[in-house]
Amino acid sequence: MSAALLYALTGALLFSTGLFGLLARRHLLRKIIAINVMASGAFLVLIAAPGPMPDGAADPVPQAMVLTGIVVAVSATALGLGLALRLREKTGRSTLPEDHPR
Amino acid sequence: MLLALRGMDALPIPILLSSLIPGLIIAFLREESVRTRRVLNLGGAGVKLALVGVMLWGVAEGERYEWRLSILPGLEISLVGDSLALLFITLSAVLWLVTTVYAIGYLEGSPNRNRFFSFFSLCVTATVGIAFAGDLFTFIIFYEALTWATYPLVVHRGSEAATRAGRIYLIYTVVGGTVLLFGIVWLYALTGTVAFVDGGALAHVPPEQYPALTGIFLVLLAGVGVKAALVPLHGWLPTAMVAPAPVSALLHAVAVVKAGAFGIVRILYSVFGIELSWTLGMAYVVIGAAAVTILYGSLRALYQDDLKRRLAFSTVSQVSYIALGTAMSGPLGAAGGLVHLVHQGLMKITLFFCAGNISETHGISRVSEMAGIGRRMPWTMAAFSIGALGMIGLPPIAGFISKWYLGVGAIEAGLPWIIGLLIASSLLNAAYFLPILKTAWLDPHPDASSGEGEDVIGIREAGPLLLLPTLATAALALGAGVFAEAEISPLRWVWMVVDRVFGLVQP
Amino acid sequence: MESSAWAAWSVALPLAAAAVAIGGWRAGRVAAYLTAIIAPVLAFGTLRAVQEAGPLRHPLGGWGAPLGIELHVDGLSALMLAATAVVGAATTLYAGAYFNRTTGRWFWLVWLLLWTSLNGVFVSDDVFNLYVMLELLGLSAVALVALAATRDATVAAMRYFLVSMAGSLLFLLGIALLYARYGTLSLTLLGLVAEPDAASLLALSVMTLGMMAKTAIFPLHAWLPPAHASAPTPASAVLSGLVVKASFYVLLRLWLQVFGVSGGGFEAALLVLGALGAGAVLWGSVLALRQRTIKLLIAYSTVAQLGYLFILFPLIAVAGPWAETAWQGGVYQVVSHACAKASMFLAAGSMVKAVGADRLPALAGIGHRLPISFTAFGIGGLSLVGMPPSGGFIAKWLLLSAALGSGNWIWALVLVLGSLLAAGYVFLVLRHAFEWSPEATRPTHPVPRRMEAAALLLALVALGLGFVAAPPLDLLGPLPGAP
Repeated sequence: MSAALLYALTGALLFSTGLFGLLARRHLLRKIIAINVMASGAFLVLIAAPGPMPDGAADPVPQAMVLTGIVVAVSATALGLGLALRLREKTGRSTLPEDHPR
Repeated sequence: MLLALRGMDALPIPILLSSLIPGLIIAFLREESVRTRRVLNLGGAGVKLALVGVMLWGVAEGERYEWRLSILPGLEISLVGDSLALLFITLSAVLWLVTTVYAIGYLEGSPNRNRFFSFFSLCVTATVGIAFAGDLFTFIIFYEALTWATYPLVVHRGSEAATRAGRIYLIYTVVGGTVLLFGIVWLYALTGTVAFVDGGALAHVPPEQYPALTGIFLVLLAGVGVKAALVPLHGWLPTAMVAPAPVSALLHAVAVVKAGAFGIVRILYSVFGIELSWTLGMAYVVIGAAAVTILYGSLRALYQDDLKRRLAFSTVSQVSYIALGTAMSGPLGAAGGLVHLVHQGLMKITLFFCAGNISETHGISRVSEMAGIGRRMPWTMAAFSIGALGMIGLPPIAGFISKWYLGVGAIEAGLPWIIGLLIASSLLNAAYFLPILKTAWLDPHPDASSGEGEDVIGIREAGPLLLLPTLATAALALGAGVFAEAEISPLRWVWMVVDRVFGLVQP
Repeated sequence: MESSAWAAWSVALPLAAAAVAIGGWRAGRVAAYLTAIIAPVLAFGTLRAVQEAGPLRHPLGGWGAPLGIELHVDGLSALMLAATAVVGAATTLYAGAYFNRTTGRWFWLVWLLLWTSLNGVFVSDDVFNLYVMLELLGLSAVALVALAATRDATVAAMRYFLVSMAGSLLFLLGIALLYARYGTLSLTLLGLVAEPDAASLLALSVMTLGMMAKTAIFPLHAWLPPAHASAPTPASAVLSGLVVKASFYVLLRLWLQVFGVSGGGFEAALLVLGALGAGAVLWGSVLALRQRTIKLLIAYSTVAQLGYLFILFPLIAVAGPWAETAWQGGVYQVVSHACAKASMFLAAGSMVKAVGADRLPALAGIGHRLPISFTAFGIGGLSLVGMPPSGGFIAKWLLLSAALGSGNWIWALVLVLGSLLAAGYVFLVLRHAFEWSPEATRPTHPVPRRMEAAALLLALVALGLGFVAAPPLDLLGPLPGAP
């Protein structure tokens, strides 16, 4: 098994773990962490992608993408945490209410 | 100037705009601007009538007005002013003017007149658009517009009953419209054309598509049958009676039911062509549906005590004469059916005006309360009598002409049983109209027998704005019969239509 | 201006305005108004340029694919830009009167960022660029909902955030798979080389799933109605009118351009998408019929109307000329629904403001109490039902003729049933409008003219789309990937 494939499989595993967490966990903090786990999984798959470069040279494109992705993920996490705090303020809980409004 | 207008191909556009523009302006007037509203209403109706007059003149001399706007490749909005369209348009223009006068009198001082007159104008615009439609695509645009323009008129009073009637009206017409759209698109997908062609657009369709065409015909018929109030699709019409009298008048005489009947005529003559309709056996379906409707409507009318409901069931019955006549293959039957489009309009609008006069002036809406009303409202009841006797088919009123040609047409088409149908229907007409006349003219007024002297109960007629339109339409209904053979009469025009559009020959 | 730079400007303009909007309420409003004036001009210019020169291609900073970021504007992109400009401009006009210095402190910034990302999605020719723009779009959309600051809005925004993030990350995973397989990010290049092998299909599946969640297609729709209904009204209008369309647009690019599914071989998958669309049309409409407040009703109707878009997929799988008709109908539905739905939301906002309540019965007599807004709502609603003349009618005509022409009766029935159900839920509002009850005579709170005008403007566009269908459809061009 090549290193790239190992990275890719690990990434996919991480992604699935994150997705599972997002769906199964109720606490919002856990859900937001789960999203970050998903993001890391996707990044790992990206890094593992063999680019069109000649042997040996690292492909700069995925690295640029991952850097951008990390920035996006950080901003998203900030927004998510802010929302979770607001939700706690409004409802006194850190989970989504089961019912739909009205 | 008139000559310039006469030669203008786009003449249908100003005719449509003459009611559309006033309608749109009125919507945004202040409720108190009575004068402006009146000027707009009557001005629009007058301009429309004048323009229609010019077009009548042009068409009589062989012009054909055509205006097209391409919407999609192969689909266009096409407005065509030919003799058949003008038959319907002239009726609409004349009756719109009359009904506007009536409505101004009827609604004096009541709330929401802006809304009423605005949608009233839109309603007429849609009706005229239906008449001008040069293909099914254009037809359904105006047909659906008519549905939604009429809804606010039906629910105008805003009461519980009105809202309920409006809901029923919308359920019927929206489903009908959707079914019609389905049929039109099906036809378009199958044959690539939705145009109206004199003698039938589908004459050249190969026989292997006949089963699909049969299906399409039935779907289209069901679609327009709702507005034409063919049994069993008629349920909305009697319920819509809660609308104010001028609305009922317009609904029954011009706008909605006539749009449906006109649609049947177009499908029979301009889409399928009468020959193909007979080949497919579909003309027989139309005749059968019309026959059932004629009898059923009359039977139901017998048992209505509410005057407007009785008139409504009478409409159900009478409008089907149009479908009946046009589905017979001969020119005589066609003439009888088409001329009834006009005649029924004139007579029925008179009857509804009268019903409105009676209920506005005396608060009477039931037949059983009408005893002696003839002496209190002699003019109104005279007009009512002309309308009622005309509906029965008494010469020399317009209704007689229609029934005469329907009968002759039935023999010509080899369908003698239709004569029996016509006789039965006329007897039923008499059975539900004559008692009204008897009650109104011969029975003593209830107050008269309670000891008070005859002279206490004087004449109390409706106001002039209500009475004059009533008398005018009654006179037209009478005149259309008496002068049927005159140089200018609905019958004359119908002969021309039959001559030109259907390629049939005048006997 | 060099014709290909139109695309870059359409992104740069709202972005620059957003930067100005950091300065506060007044600066933001001026910047947004300027954007609202210039964006339609840019969009119109783009339309003209595409019409004259065909699809435009613009390498940002002179660096083309595969290394640099390339922008690409074809007929579909140009139409989406135009719809965004029109709806965006009207919403901006509305928002200027809807918010005040306090309630609208952050609105302009978030809204201009959202506008930037919408345009960014429509001009991107690079899947990673698409991802970034989608992420920005999702985050600013969530922030717009959260601006309402109520309990309902916070819960809805949180739920929206989670769905949106999951959707974007699924898309990112797909990008990684595609890049690993083909070594390029360009949609155009992918379209040339993509093959239906296992890795590609896996990528397509995860990306589709992500975009379906963001488009709120049945059965992933539950997050949408609370979010769209509880957001501030201008936000509701752009969320329902435009934002959900962006992810649908990405689906079109993926399925039609990259994988060329209209060429055949994907029938089963397309059928599944169509079935979900049918489910959305029926179930969304039924839920809309059960709503008691006007904004929730409109929001559920969005769920239903999005279903029509997915019926496009099975219809393009049919051979012959009807596939192209379906494609035109689907795109026309996107554009006319954008205008109609936005006008309905804006008008509903005005009506709610006027009567001070959002229950349907509170709208009694709204027809004469607030005639302009009600007219806007009515026209928008009729376009939604597919009543002529309107853009919605043209869209329905095209879709229906594609379904009937190719003998696909089931889809035709779904379309017809959807129309009837739509008439039903539009009627729920209409029936109160003409009611004459004690409530109907109660005085209304004043509604700024600009708010009423904005809604009416969009309604008139929806109406006008019923008359000028040919030029936009010409511009749209043939179905991508057709054999």
